[in-house]
Amino acid sequence: MADLHFLANPARFRRFSQRVLPGLGFATVLMLGVGLYMAFFVAPADYQQGQTVRIMFVHVPSAWLSMGGYALLAVLGASLLVWRHPLAALMARAAAPVGASFAAVCLLTGSLWGRPMWGTYWVWDARLTSMLLLFFLYLGHIALSRAYDDSGRGDRAAAILALVGVINLPIIKFSVDWWNTLHQPASVTRLDAPAIHNSILVPLLWMAVSLLFLFVWLVLLRTETEIDRRRLEVADQTQ
Amino acid sequence: MIGFLSLLRRDLRLVWRRPGDVGVVLAFFVVAVVLFPLGIGPETNVLTRIAAGVLWCAALFAALLSLERLFAADYEDGTLDLLLLAPWPLELAALAKCGAHWIVTGLPLSLLAPLLGVAFGLEPESLFILFVTLLVGTPALSLTGGLAAALTLGARKSGALLALLALPLCVPTLIFGAGAVEALAMGEGIVTHVAILAALALVALATMPWAIAAALRQAGE
Amino acid sequence: MASPLLEVTDLACRRGSRPVFDRLSFGLGGGELLALTGRNGSGKTTLLRALAGLVRPDAGTIRWQGEDVAGDPDTWRGRLAWLGHLDGLKGDLTVAENLETAERLRGGDAARLDSALVAFDLGPLAARPVRTLSAGQRRRTALARVVLAAAPLWLLDEPLNALDAPAQAAFRSALQKHLEGGGLAIAATHAALGVVGRTLELAA
Repeated sequence: MADLHFLANPARFRRFSQRVLPGLGFATVLMLGVGLYMAFFVAPADYQQGQTVRIMFVHVPSAWLSMGGYALLAVLGASLLVWRHPLAALMARAAAPVGASFAAVCLLTGSLWGRPMWGTYWVWDARLTSMLLLFFLYLGHIALSRAYDDSGRGDRAAAILALVGVINLPIIKFSVDWWNTLHQPASVTRLDAPAIHNSILVPLLWMAVSLLFLFVWLVLLRTETEIDRRRLEVADQTQ
Repeated sequence: MIGFLSLLRRDLRLVWRRPGDVGVVLAFFVVAVVLFPLGIGPETNVLTRIAAGVLWCAALFAALLSLERLFAADYEDGTLDLLLLAPWPLELAALAKCGAHWIVTGLPLSLLAPLLGVAFGLEPESLFILFVTLLVGTPALSLTGGLAAALTLGARKSGALLALLALPLCVPTLIFGAGAVEALAMGEGIVTHVAILAALALVALATMPWAIAAALRQAGE
Repeated sequence: MASPLLEVTDLACRRGSRPVFDRLSFGLGGGELLALTGRNGSGKTTLLRALAGLVRPDAGTIRWQGEDVAGDPDTWRGRLAWLGHLDGLKGDLTVAENLETAERLRGGDAARLDSALVAFDLGPLAARPVRTLSAGQRRRTALARVVLAAAPLWLLDEPLNALDAPAQAAFRSALQKHLEGGGLAIAATHAALGVVGRTLELAA
């Protein structure tokens, strides 16, 4: 949080982000390139899942990042409600669609993986279902923050929603797991990170770090845009 | 406490003056439930199998439908300001409002659902469990939906938005509510289900009034 | 001279990034009336809402008898009687029920209900549902609620709205009585209130 306090002032944030963004973008592209090469050509095919295991290198980090993204929304929400950070609202606005996109990527890759493994694009797998509900929570956050003419109202309402959502996420996860064990035959292969072997772990972690870079880069870039947008709004109001 | 009770009494009295509003919600519940046999076909095995899920989902939709006006009416006529300015905690006011909502929606829905369950071929024991789970679970729906109603005060398209916010948060209650009836049908114990359902309602009771109060305060700004 | 009961220091409010008012300071003693004037959108309503604690000010303090009211908001709200630009009445309840419920919500017992009704000539309307009343009659009911609250500080947003001449006179005498009893009142208004008091003009 110390960093956020330091960056609380949007103008100071802009100076910071303008210095960091180009390098970060370059690093992201480089990391992703290396990571995808490893995922597609270096990592071995799984003896059970075959080549489809390579989907995991995108699928699993996307799941991590979309969950982390929602936690970020909750932290930003708390700092908006408690300390009234002007930057927290803008960053939450910027981060929510990015997190939702990662959840969507996770769902899409999951269903692509499901086609050869389960013979269908969708199975009510516990992880996929939880991710779908997380995606809905993101949609609610995005819709709520943009549902007011007064953008400050939307920011604060969405902040409360993010805090309530983060408390409820574990409960939702637990209920969906329970529901799934009750209704699913146990023989279905679960959509899960493959057994941890170094030849797979290294590319997986590498991809996770590169996608984290992508996440941070996108959020910072979008925060800049939100700052500009808010400035234009203020300029319109004070004319 | 005087404030809490007088707010509860006021809201119940307001509903009493316009019983049609509750009637519409209950009628929606009945019609929505009746649509399922018409859409799926009248085979009793299938209907019995899906009865609990259908009744629970319809109860959830009916509760959400009626929640849109929970705070909106107070917001529009200015009485919300009086609640915000009352010299006692707003959290209690939120609880009183949701409590009144449960009495006029959750309670009648719980009583009505077993009657409809008969038409789905549920056994008397299942009907009783359906009643119990709705009775224990609907307070959580009133509280969670109450938060969505408070968050969407004054928003554009607040009705659809309210449902989008509340539905994912209501999933656990739905799973354990409908799951209990199914567990009974499969010959399993239902104590765990009802206990978890009660725990979910308690979690909602412990967290939602604060969140609703925060949402109402920021709506007043 | 003793320090004023109500002391506002350097109060500032923003809407978004636009300042509504900035560095506003004034004091108000027992028996004093402060009329807030200024163009539409100059922040009269926002100031009243900030004083009531409905809007969190961005800077500044509000003190009552030397104590910061932010320290004990429940007690502070108990000292207020509020009249917003909305009447705050339930259409399906009668005049008497509205007044009684509002007073109960403040934790009071509405024992002086009859005198509040008489003050605004609402006796004949007491059993009528508010939705059947005219705008002026509703405003009178809302004013009766303020009188009934027996709070030391009245916060009024355009109290004369929709009132005819006899009702305005009734309001004046009620306000006069409140001030003579040592009460304070702050009223946003664009018309003269007809009661001696100070004026604070907010710049647009």
